[in-house]
Amino acid sequence: MKKYLASTVAASALALVLGLAPASADEKLDPNAKQGGAITITYKDDVATLDPAIGYDWQNWSMIKSLFDGLMDYEPGTTNLRPELAESYEISPDGTTFTFKLRKGVKFHNGREMTADDVKYSLDRVTNPKTQSPGAGFFASIKGYEDVAGGKAESLAGVTVVDPATVKIELSRPDATFLHVMAINFSHVVPKEEVEKYGADFGKHPVGTGAYKLGEWTLGQRLVFERNADYWHKGLPYLDKITFEIGQEPIVALLRLQKGEVDVPGDGIPPAKFQEVMADPAQKARVVEGGQLQTGYATMNTTMAPFDNVKVRQAVNMAINKERIVKIINNRAVPANQPLPPSMPGYDKNFAGYKYDVEKAKALLGEAGHADGFETQLFVMNTDPNPRIAQAIQQDLAAIGIKASIQSLAQANVIAAGGDKAGAPMIWSGGMAWIADFPDPSNFYGPILGCGGAVQGGWNWAWYCNKDLDDKAAKADSIVDPAKADERYKLWGEIYAKVMEDAPWAPVFNEQRFTMRSPRMAGDDKLYVDPVHIPINYDYVYVNDVQ
Amino acid sequence: MIAYLTRRLIQAALILLGVSIITFALLYLLPADPVRQIAGRSATPQTVESIRQQLGLDQPFVVQYWRYLTNLLSGDLGRSYIQRSEVTELIVSRLPASLILMVGAILCELAIGLTMGLIAAAKRGSATDQTLMVGSFIGVSAPQFVVGLLLLYVFAVQLGWFPIGGYGTWQHAVLPSLTLGILGAGWYSRMMRSSMIDVLRQDYIRTARAKGLARHAILFRHALPNAILPVVAMIGIDIGLFMSGIVVVESVFGWPGIGQLAWQAIQRVDIPIIMGVTLVSACAIVLGNLLADIVAPFIDPRIKLR
Repeated sequence: MKKYLASTVAASALALVLGLAPASADEKLDPNAKQGGAITITYKDDVATLDPAIGYDWQNWSMIKSLFDGLMDYEPGTTNLRPELAESYEISPDGTTFTFKLRKGVKFHNGREMTADDVKYSLDRVTNPKTQSPGAGFFASIKGYEDVAGGKAESLAGVTVVDPATVKIELSRPDATFLHVMAINFSHVVPKEEVEKYGADFGKHPVGTGAYKLGEWTLGQRLVFERNADYWHKGLPYLDKITFEIGQEPIVALLRLQKGEVDVPGDGIPPAKFQEVMADPAQKARVVEGGQLQTGYATMNTTMAPFDNVKVRQAVNMAINKERIVKIINNRAVPANQPLPPSMPGYDKNFAGYKYDVEKAKALLGEAGHADGFETQLFVMNTDPNPRIAQAIQQDLAAIGIKASIQSLAQANVIAAGGDKAGAPMIWSGGMAWIADFPDPSNFYGPILGCGGAVQGGWNWAWYCNKDLDDKAAKADSIVDPAKADERYKLWGEIYAKVMEDAPWAPVFNEQRFTMRSPRMAGDDKLYVDPVHIPINYDYVYVNDVQ
Repeated sequence: MIAYLTRRLIQAALILLGVSIITFALLYLLPADPVRQIAGRSATPQTVESIRQQLGLDQPFVVQYWRYLTNLLSGDLGRSYIQRSEVTELIVSRLPASLILMVGAILCELAIGLTMGLIAAAKRGSATDQTLMVGSFIGVSAPQFVVGLLLLYVFAVQLGWFPIGGYGTWQHAVLPSLTLGILGAGWYSRMMRSSMIDVLRQDYIRTARAKGLARHAILFRHALPNAILPVVAMIGIDIGLFMSGIVVVESVFGWPGIGQLAWQAIQRVDIPIIMGVTLVSACAIVLGNLLADIVAPFIDPRIKLR
């Protein structure tokens, strides 16, 4: 441990051009934690794949984080970046070259030592169109990305193996989010020989450097993770075994938790049982509440009349009674007034937003020439509680004269309507709402509010495109120096303030997370609402009934 | 017999071909783009198009269907879009669980249904008869989702007799089999009752009664074997009902069968899995019907296969 720390400090002191002092991975471990024990987690849906280049569900997201590691990671329970497989890193003054020194003695589950070649291979693989990675676009700032994505090259020109323990990544533009990109699952390091051995089935036979290795996978029934005894982070993980039982309805999972058969219901507390659980002090004590990097919003198609008039959009913002909607979902959320959720860096807690004001909303509609209101359609995903929320919005809109008919459809159909310019005048985002890929304000802009997302098949369902803001966003993301992070967040704050002035969305609420655990589960509460590990941080939690 | 079988098998193949065309066309017309489901929300249009090309989804319908059909004939159901595994592998790994459930459900529905029908027929017109028939009506009409949760709550949570969902031991199979069986039992009890009443009206029963045979001997030795056969012949046809039931029941009980697989695939527009499960179910239904028709002449010599 001490050796790591010393080398990290030395490397940081000698090499850092920008004076970065990366946090060490050797944080103090929980003194009460005991190693050993096994826990059971349930999920309703099948686990699709454990290939870090492909997995993009919230179930497998956290599982993959425990099987694989990336160059960067976050301090447990926080959104603070820290090096992981990298021991240290340096960033060139112009913010376009990132050099990572790798941690020594890190082994894959197959026993081979991880080197810089593996890092390069993993990045080449995830960007190769043949891999069909949903995350390939995150790496667009790496030099040579276009050639690989276009099938003209097999290897990213910007990624160079300097020596077995050093990898240099050159970008085609400064990118302040790049360290986050090096922490998302898609960048996690995989061993070439295992990928080639299993081919398309690597996702069913994952081999990484992570805290756990896959012990058993019975399709449709269960997955078993076993402790990686060779894990480079000595002392971790605490648990010997995690069993994921698949195909369990949330309501059944809760009953089993109450009987002591399950430790964490992965799909959370079912809405129908939420009040009952929270009304029982014994059960409530085992529920951990935390924020989520999520915002639920109603989009208004800014290219369709009458939503092409900003006054109409502002009127809708004032007409929606968010407090009431939050009550409809049993207070499992907090009202929102801006796109960013409160736990996201860059959130402006002083921002007032549009207050609920029916009279003012009516007046604005009148100014826009719609004093008698108009008819429109509100698209919504057909699973509870979304239709109920849409009905509440419908009633609120009716109060100012807007007659919205509700189109309640399957998720894929709503997404298809949103991606079609003439498809949906309004969409309630619930069930498909934006949850951040990484904790950075930029992640709430590009695909859902930027011009790049306002394309056929895109996710910018408001079809909002403000070129000035796109330029401002690019400027903000070119501020790579972490010392200037606050300046950057301020710039992002201004961008979202302008977005709200144009009002392409009516932000409605930010969902809260409620994780329930069995009495034997221990560890800091924040591990149970970790912003990047959903439902829980498997590497750091432990049980209190082992000797 | 052989000519009959050949003709029926050709018919079955045509039905399956029809099912595959209709399902494929419906999924093709669905206003949801599977490529965007695969590519995820952060994918660039370039990535989306590249995936579309690799999967051949940029080809016209006829080309896509022809490729699917030729692969199908060589036993290849394709690869799941979301799970990224061979559909055949996914279905094969889940088929045993569904078959166990099917056997369990048939045993339950026969045991409950036949007993209820027999008693109702024997006590025709009495309060017992009416109670049983109301019960069977409830069994037929109660939503399986509710029945499943109710059984789960009473027998697993409150009484603790059975495990709360899951798979592995015979105890796990009891409640889901019962949930499926209650629906079938409703039908069987009504069929059994009317079949029994028919038989009890026959001359030979009257003769047996006139001979002074005991009531239970008449019922069990003389009436039952004749009454039960036409009812049992319905099992083959029952498979269709069963296939629709497993989607709900497997989800409620966390039973890892193909119904659960289908339900998840429908929610995520995982077209290869939806196609695969539909075809497997269609096969089961077609074979079940065929079996029922083949068995019929053995049970009732008046029926001839032509």
